[in-house]
Amino acid sequence: MSMQIENLSRRNFLQGAAGLTLGVCLPLRVLAAPAGPGKAGGEVVGSVTFEPNAFLRIGADNSVTVISKHLEMGQGTYTGLATILAEELDARWDDVKVEGAPADAKRYNNLFWGPTQGTGGSTAMANSWEQLRMAGAAARAMLISAAAKKWNVPASEIVVSEGVVSHAPSKRKASFGELAQDAATEAVPSDIKLKDPKDFKLIGKKAPRKDALAKSNGTAQFTQDIHFPNMLVAVVAHSPRFGGKPKSFDASETRKIKGVVDVVQIQHGVAVLAKDTWSAKRGRDALQVEWDDSAAFKLSSDEISARYKALAKQPGAVARKEGDADKAFAGAARVVEAGYDFPYLAHSAMEPMNCVIQLGADKCEVWNGEQFQTIDQMNVARTVGLKPEQVSINMLYAGGSFGRRASKDSDYLVEAAQIVKALDAKTPGKTPPVKLVWTREDDTHGGYYRPAFHHALKAALDDKGNLVGWQHRLVGQSILTGSPFEGMMVKDGIDAVSVEGAANLPYHVPNMLVDLHTPKDIGVPVLWWRSVGSSHTAFSTEVFVDQVAKAAGKDPVAMRLALLDKHPRHAAVLKLAAEKAGWNKPLAKGKAGERRGRGVAVHESFNSYVAHVAEVTLQKDGSVRIDRIVSAVDCGIAINPDNVRAQVEGGVGFALSSVLHGKITLKDGVVEQSNFHDYMPIRINEMPRVEVHIVPSAEKPTGIGEPGVPPLAPAMVNAIAAASGKWITALPIDTEALKA
Amino acid sequence: MIELNINGKVHSVDVEPDTPLLWVLRDTLQYTGTKYGCGMGLCGACTVHLGGEPIRSCSTPVSAAAGKKISTIEAVDASKVGKAVQEAWRKLDVAQCGYCQSGQIMSAVALLSSKKKPTDADIDAAMSGNICRCGTYVRIRAAIHEAAKALA
Repeated sequence: MSMQIENLSRRNFLQGAAGLTLGVCLPLRVLAAPAGPGKAGGEVVGSVTFEPNAFLRIGADNSVTVISKHLEMGQGTYTGLATILAEELDARWDDVKVEGAPADAKRYNNLFWGPTQGTGGSTAMANSWEQLRMAGAAARAMLISAAAKKWNVPASEIVVSEGVVSHAPSKRKASFGELAQDAATEAVPSDIKLKDPKDFKLIGKKAPRKDALAKSNGTAQFTQDIHFPNMLVAVVAHSPRFGGKPKSFDASETRKIKGVVDVVQIQHGVAVLAKDTWSAKRGRDALQVEWDDSAAFKLSSDEISARYKALAKQPGAVARKEGDADKAFAGAARVVEAGYDFPYLAHSAMEPMNCVIQLGADKCEVWNGEQFQTIDQMNVARTVGLKPEQVSINMLYAGGSFGRRASKDSDYLVEAAQIVKALDAKTPGKTPPVKLVWTREDDTHGGYYRPAFHHALKAALDDKGNLVGWQHRLVGQSILTGSPFEGMMVKDGIDAVSVEGAANLPYHVPNMLVDLHTPKDIGVPVLWWRSVGSSHTAFSTEVFVDQVAKAAGKDPVAMRLALLDKHPRHAAVLKLAAEKAGWNKPLAKGKAGERRGRGVAVHESFNSYVAHVAEVTLQKDGSVRIDRIVSAVDCGIAINPDNVRAQVEGGVGFALSSVLHGKITLKDGVVEQSNFHDYMPIRINEMPRVEVHIVPSAEKPTGIGEPGVPPLAPAMVNAIAAASGKWITALPIDTEALKA
Repeated sequence: MIELNINGKVHSVDVEPDTPLLWVLRDTLQYTGTKYGCGMGLCGACTVHLGGEPIRSCSTPVSAAAGKKISTIEAVDASKVGKAVQEAWRKLDVAQCGYCQSGQIMSAVALLSSKKKPTDADIDAAMSGNICRCGTYVRIRAAIHEAAKALA
């Protein structure tokens, strides 16, 4: 998702809230969930005195509350956004708190997504950069102006630092809290001056994560933790096949289970409602459901794969064409060819999909690790028969997402909405709040996978070993077709995210053809998965470049650098990673019987550039481990360098799961995996050392949640080839093929 | 009624004896720091200490916990080791999404309670029952070493 609609202007940066000096003493807010023996009581937020814009509240107690329009799902967004605003405000970091914004696209739209609120495509920092700097700077100017009037001194002599406003000549100072009430009566300045980056005190330095405390003592509140005294928990029996629906069901055994309250049929399943999760799950397990599979998808993975390979023999829709590739191949001294296969992948966030929903007469309230506010409001409203603005959403911490919670169909939210609607139809106006809980099995079976893809590549070399022709054909389902972004991002049969990373190949090749087949008869729901198209295109392009280098007898780093003449940022991270990894020095030998190798890959995604050098060791039995990853990153200004490192480390771990283990397969349309024993993320013993080097930059910040993922798999597979001479062409890797 | 001693406090709960301890902690008593991740003892998000030993509460029937001391993330700072582990977690900003971290911390506390100076191999062995999908493993290792240093 790299859509970019630059619509930021200084004049309307505080859209919706512009000019509002809302004022004084908003009512006390109490968190929704009541106290229980296991947790502290509902937190009472102090009275509000200064709310200069939609992103900031300053309390009389000096608390500086930054309102995050983006979801914190692990990527460090809350901390990053607060850092930007606090920098320009000159707040004291310890005074800063972060709160999730409500669903309100008028104030909180993603500036790269037009009128849509949501988090994704590693856009949070990039789209908020100027907006939050302005928000912080405007508030700072208002505090200064209030102090100047109060003290009757020139504003130009006033200094702000660490949450204190002071005037040295008169030796006066006041905290933000002390000035809050006066500042609230100031007008929002029209001319806002931003800091010179050399004066940054928080940006580029270490600002500890704002969620570290709550995430180390069990108090961080996730959707799974929401509890209301009269709440029911729903566990749903889903159709085993995509597109199936219940024909009939027998709930007589279910209703005998203590705690079970009700059973309702919904579009694709049957929901059991109980007083607690365990009773609901037992009730679901006792259900007898007969499924109507007449419209369901029934193919197996090997059949899908065979269709894709057959399609790859035909020309597809053209995504990029330069020169004359056919002519280049006809005149080539040598042609290199390869095909690569990628399976469906589940996101498998640690917190399985869930949400809480309460339906009233003219409103609907949702609690969720909320990633796609505007789309979810639309879909929930449509399901329950309300207007989108009547759906309010509480954005809680998400226990991971990796794209899964930005469902274009709002699938699990719509499921919950169908449940409360069915309950409301039985006893109108008396529907209690319902928490929908998916089990790990539901989550693994639930679809919305990274689409399976087949890639076929062909390179033409001239008699000097120069790369003169490149043909790349991709076959796989479209994510954007059928989504609200289709009109914007699917053009002439090309889904932009199917070919991202392939159609914009940075290497200079005079004759190039990239084309795409988008099968429309595959009924497996697909979705963006951390790094989206780049999760497969980085692999095919970067492994193939290494295969070409090998065929041409060239060094993989030297050959890439020669082809990157127009892409200095790619070249810079590649050079830095190679240098830090000691690319030109021989790799230390392994123990007897071990084979070792080093491989490299570089890839841009979401306007950030990452190169990884991987060092691997292969055993005789073909098992392989990465010993070390050396990474170089250019994501523009690194707002929080420690978080940049953390995201690259995490990206390496996330990608490694898909290289070593990750695979969702179908048998007659039924997903064969169910839980962590057969869909395995890596464990700590498989995690390599990771060294991250950040390229100093004055460019605007770009994404970091995703860009660490794409180059991991190709760097590792290139290292395996260096160690064994064998090229892996399908993920996850088949260690059988690597036996010595 | 089943009596449970959780973090030094006794609770009487009216639940089926085969109900997993996890759901009694979370749904009956609102000790929600302990997480559900897989329900099969595969991911470790539900790790609590039972009689001082780390167990997977999602696959431990509540009847097996009756009469024993249960400690959860909510009270882990009551012990010196627990406090040191939490502090190391914060110092190194280990958590990303944070959902697995209660379980990670409970496993780390158990490790450091039995082994004062664990090696990387000890850490890998003791922590490999806990999955982190965000891939915070590099920092988990570093934070355990950090806590060991602080406790030495």
